[in-house]
Amino acid sequence: MFETKPNNEIRIGFYVCHCGHNIADTVDVKEVAKYVATLPGVIVSREYKYMCSDPGQELIQNDIKEHNLNRIVVASCSPLLHEHTFRNATEKGGLNPFYFHMVNIRENVSWVHEDKKEATIKAMDLARAAIKRVFFHKKLETKKVDIHPDVLIVGGGIAGIHAALTLANAGKKVYLVEREPTIGGHMAKFDKTFPTLDCAACILTPKMSAVKNHPNITLWTYSEVTKVEGFVGNYKATIERKPRYINEDLCVGCMACIDECVYKEGKYPDEFNMGLSKRKPIYIPFPQATPQVVVIDPETCIYLKTGKCKKTCVEACDRNAVVLDQKPEIKEINIGTIIIATGYQFFDPSRITYYGYGKYQNVYTGLEIERLVNASGPTGGEVIMRDGRKPKSIGIIHCVGSRDVNTHLWCSRLCCMYAVKLAHLLKEHTGAEVYNFYIDMRTAGKGYEEFYDKVLKEGVHFIRGRVAEVTDWASTKDEEGKLIMRVEDTLIGVVRRVPVDMVVLICGVEPKDDAQDVRRIFNISCSTEGFFMERHPKLAPVDTFTDGIFIAGACQGPKDIPDSVAQAGAAAAQCMALIDCGSVELEPNTAYIVEEECSGCKSCIQLCPYTAISFNDEKKKAYINEALCKGCGTCVASCPSGSIRQNLFENEEIFSEIEGLLSPAFEYTKEN
Amino acid sequence: MTQYIYYPGCSVKSTGKVYEESLLSVFKYLDTPLKEIDDWNCCGATAYFSIDESEAFGLAARNLALAEKQFNGSKNLHIVAPCSACYLVLKKTQDYLNRDQELRRKIELGLNEVGLSYESIVQVRHPLDVVVNDIGLDKIKEKVTRPLRGLKVACYYGCQIVRPYRDFDHERNPMTMDNLVEALGGEPIDWPLKTRCCGGSLTGTIEEVGLRLSYIILREVRRRGADLVITTCPLCQFNLECYQERINKDFNESLEIPIIYFTQLMGLAFGISDKEIGIHRLFIPITKLAKLRKGGENVYV
Repeated sequence: MFETKPNNEIRIGFYVCHCGHNIADTVDVKEVAKYVATLPGVIVSREYKYMCSDPGQELIQNDIKEHNLNRIVVASCSPLLHEHTFRNATEKGGLNPFYFHMVNIRENVSWVHEDKKEATIKAMDLARAAIKRVFFHKKLETKKVDIHPDVLIVGGGIAGIHAALTLANAGKKVYLVEREPTIGGHMAKFDKTFPTLDCAACILTPKMSAVKNHPNITLWTYSEVTKVEGFVGNYKATIERKPRYINEDLCVGCMACIDECVYKEGKYPDEFNMGLSKRKPIYIPFPQATPQVVVIDPETCIYLKTGKCKKTCVEACDRNAVVLDQKPEIKEINIGTIIIATGYQFFDPSRITYYGYGKYQNVYTGLEIERLVNASGPTGGEVIMRDGRKPKSIGIIHCVGSRDVNTHLWCSRLCCMYAVKLAHLLKEHTGAEVYNFYIDMRTAGKGYEEFYDKVLKEGVHFIRGRVAEVTDWASTKDEEGKLIMRVEDTLIGVVRRVPVDMVVLICGVEPKDDAQDVRRIFNISCSTEGFFMERHPKLAPVDTFTDGIFIAGACQGPKDIPDSVAQAGAAAAQCMALIDCGSVELEPNTAYIVEEECSGCKSCIQLCPYTAISFNDEKKKAYINEALCKGCGTCVASCPSGSIRQNLFENEEIFSEIEGLLSPAFEYTKEN
Repeated sequence: MTQYIYYPGCSVKSTGKVYEESLLSVFKYLDTPLKEIDDWNCCGATAYFSIDESEAFGLAARNLALAEKQFNGSKNLHIVAPCSACYLVLKKTQDYLNRDQELRRKIELGLNEVGLSYESIVQVRHPLDVVVNDIGLDKIKEKVTRPLRGLKVACYYGCQIVRPYRDFDHERNPMTMDNLVEALGGEPIDWPLKTRCCGGSLTGTIEEVGLRLSYIILREVRRRGADLVITTCPLCQFNLECYQERINKDFNESLEIPIIYFTQLMGLAFGISDKEIGIHRLFIPITKLAKLRKGGENVYV
């Protein structure tokens, strides 16, 4: 099809990898090597057990020198895994690394086929296509781009806080963006933490104020990232700072304005206390909120809703910090790397109607109990139920919205421990009989099983069985006025009715409702259940498929505090690795303009998703900024005059590869 | 236009006779007269399915095929099956025939032999669904002549019309009948046993288990202060009403709760005569209710 012939003699080295049994069991690698040896241009054709091993790489290097090879093809696994390895080996052998090409006969052949004969033929076809292709490979140079040293962290829960402090302490400039009026996330609402029972606020709030006071951290609360452009090392983010109707620089958190609000008492559900207390339209979420700045809720403030109010809050502030006509503010920042730590949400238990949440007032969620037992909570730490009584018996249901085909299949991982912790706290606060209803106890973690054992010894009851329903139909006098938990006790094999005063639902962990929107903004992926997806489940747990963007904490999957903190540290280290390296090498698969053929029609400019193409008014030609080009190929395919080409995807390379693939199939006659 | 065709099943022709009487009267009153399928046969119930599943499917499918044949040409054909068991069996048959091509082929061969065929045109509907969602509560409100003011009603759905097929209501806390009672001017009570088992055929096999299940429901109805129970199923009605005397004896109780069909309650609110809706056939009469409630003259009797 293409008559163009390269000038010099082409001398190809071909290597097919067994990958232990992975490839060799399904593909007859000896036959593949034998066949490829017969193809034009192939000087060396070998099979080897592990091409990625040091001896495998040395094989390539030695052959290049000994046989004067100038092209290398390896048929093995996915280029995602080892393209880099073999390019390095090629370079060490003295060749430009882009004279190498990789054929994936593992994921694309051996792992997806069963018939050995068919699989072997397919491997041969793919190898032949690659051999034809490398004839046209060119020498290419990788481009280096500088890494902007500033970091954007999205989400101010414990993961975001820890990552921000780690980076800031290392001297990096950090922007921490939080959607809510204060940082602290879920952890700020917890009473005590398992298994050590240290108070969550005592260990969290020092870190919160360290964030606020750190010279290297710019903290923007009540703000959201709305747009992200660019690429690794050179991101540009747009952040919308929602109006809190308070001048953040002037407010000192004296709360005089709150006292003077026309509402004398709180009237609206307090989000921080899970609606168990009331707040005014003007409020500070909780005593240690960071920043210590008041916020006005536009949904409930009379002035902001109707324009009519005495505005006593404005008068009360002697610093003129109340600004009722505040507008949203847009910030644009340049950063090199991003950490996403947007957290999780708890499963909404009203979805499981038979547990009666929202129907029976004494059915609570775990998070509500955290506030109820907390000294700064709505009841000052005294466990008083919604009907004003103190519970004498309490049932705790595990796995609400976890390990359930009707809701979420996954184990939320931290609930067994937080259920056991709440059992301990409730027993301590009330002296009530506490019953835990569990499927399996999963208390893996340092000191966790010991904690479970301690709570068992405290006399908390553990009943193995998934509760069928929480109901108020009483069958005996003792059950009158109680919530009855119907359950099959699977250890003794009977159906039980356990009457209690209070029911606590241990809700599972799920992705945030808007995880998909966030995913789109940052161009990362979600796994099937909706948590953000890591680049590799074992070996790249905080990386994403977008270079320079990392994930930390429960936005990646259910995680307790220690694990979230560990991951946040890892994500910070990954950012630092890029920042301290200073630059990153980009794949030279960029597009370029053949100027003499460009007619200057500008059709490519609009199509480029990375705004890498501009128009040179003097020459009347399009121009591609190689640093911005991601090599997607959109402009190449769309150019009406065919004057845009792409490195590694030149017409000759692609067409000869197709030709190789479609040329008459090799007759594989070996008898097996 | 929607064409409704009536599949009675065996129960409403015998123990549940009042169900048929009231259903036909009420539908006629609502300008939606029902025409019975000619030559219908037993739906197979639960018994036949446990003996020979494909034969049971054949039996049920014959009814569907008959409906399609007798109303040839109607593209919007609905089978109205008042008995919960018939409703579920017919729905299940449709579902399985749609999903299992092997089964479908077998059943169609059988149907073809007797000159029938099944084209998946007909839809299976429960009259409660038709009344509330097709005819509509607005029309029902208009038709009420004697509102059930002050009457506390326990709506009992039983297990089969909301599980496993959740076509028109929630599987644990259905509200269709509750909304209907409100439209009739009555007060539905909130209670948690709306879809709990009445004992089903256990009352006839393992009596003590079956009676206990019925007793749990009746006791809760009394505890919640309901005046009567309305049901959608002949077996539920039979278990809850006819065994009350026996339950009273076994559990040392003094229950006397009228159990009627939702169609009978509608008939009362519409002012249809007692005879037309089978009130005279009840074992536990409803005549006492007027005296029990204040402002008795406003209540239906």
